[in-house]
Amino acid sequence: MLDLRTCASLSEAAGIVSGDRQALLIGGGTLVMREVNEGRLTEGTLVRVTDPAFRQISAGGARVELGAGVTMAMVLANRELACLHAPARGIGGPAVRTMATIGGNLFAAAPYGDFTVALLALDAQVVLQSGYGSGRAVSLEDFLSARERGGQGLVTAVQFARPQNPPELHFRKISRVKPKGISVLSIAAYLPLSGGRVTQARVAYGAMAPTPIRARGVERALDGKPLDQAAIQAAKQAALEGCRPATDAIASEWYRREILPVHLGRLLAGEPR
Amino acid sequence: MAKLPVQFRLNGSDRATFVDPASNLLDTLRRGLGDFGPKYGCGQGTCGVCTVLVDGEPQLACLTLAASCEGRQIETTSGMADGPELHPLQAAFMDHFAAQCGFCTPGMLTAARALLAKNPHPSRDEVVEAISGNICRCTGYEPIIAAILAAADAPGARRA
Repeated sequence: MLDLRTCASLSEAAGIVSGDRQALLIGGGTLVMREVNEGRLTEGTLVRVTDPAFRQISAGGARVELGAGVTMAMVLANRELACLHAPARGIGGPAVRTMATIGGNLFAAAPYGDFTVALLALDAQVVLQSGYGSGRAVSLEDFLSARERGGQGLVTAVQFARPQNPPELHFRKISRVKPKGISVLSIAAYLPLSGGRVTQARVAYGAMAPTPIRARGVERALDGKPLDQAAIQAAKQAALEGCRPATDAIASEWYRREILPVHLGRLLAGEPR
Repeated sequence: MAKLPVQFRLNGSDRATFVDPASNLLDTLRRGLGDFGPKYGCGQGTCGVCTVLVDGEPQLACLTLAASCEGRQIETTSGMADGPELHPLQAAFMDHFAAQCGFCTPGMLTAARALLAKNPHPSRDEVVEAISGNICRCTGYEPIIAAILAAADAPGARRA
């Protein structure tokens, strides 16, 4: 049987999660309740957090911090988070967005987890709390690579530096069903321009590996170059470096590999889908 | 495992019941409280037939932990009509033949109700977006979209 613990503080929840391997945080419920409904989760303790800090948005300064319990609808309602509106709008329909949390999205298995792709392009950090201690920040990339092993602690927040020019963050979700479908793949690219050249490009993919990944080859191809045809062609040639897409009900591995360079090229050229 | 008490306001009436710790709101409404408005579809958050309003916001009852609804306002299609008078959305769905098998209709009505409460005069694209989480396998969506747009223009449609 499943038990439920409601915690008024994040540290209490972190203490439970750290001390009990069968304890599982339930945020909006879109992942956990699905497991419950399908009978895959029948034992252990669900941990619910009512601490206001869990749903707090601090977006006024140069560094943005979003509580792990912040929902996609809350992101969409916040003008200061306009750079994240496209990925937030890409998550489910309105009812899902009311429930789905940023923290939950970090744990979504491929081909889900599109919001995390945008956070990866923003070079976000994840704040983890273990036991009753204070939180520690780890890079989202490191967090994702260790995700399957578990035991990293309770995710309490996500932090990132506010993009100096928000339109330089580009996001595309490629799906077959419009306007909302599950991702064939998603691409987020943060391409700051300085003197007409890309500086410190960060490009991330969703559904092209078991977790969202950075596209290092593309980043190398673009860094220091103007966004012209030659750079875009080089980026397309490097597009599949590090990719390990799956074949699932949405698309085959072959199809994902075929269309990724095409959509990356269109994104970089500013073309419509 | 001990059951948990939970109290909320359902379609304007105070309701109290006991739930299993991991019960979802949909089971609580249908089995516990006899409100069969929201339907059980996929149980995964994909089809939208169980959409209800929680404090005025659309949520999927199948993925909502019942215990988290303590003290909240829950609205379902069962509470939309005012006695014998249909809600303008319900009337528009009838007028525009927006239901065939009818299974998706409660979720569609609730999603549309949430839209019109915030945006009384939506564009077609905004209607499409509002029902994008609700699957209908019969109508092809066009009659549903037409019904929602008609309800938005109907006198009294603001009675969200």
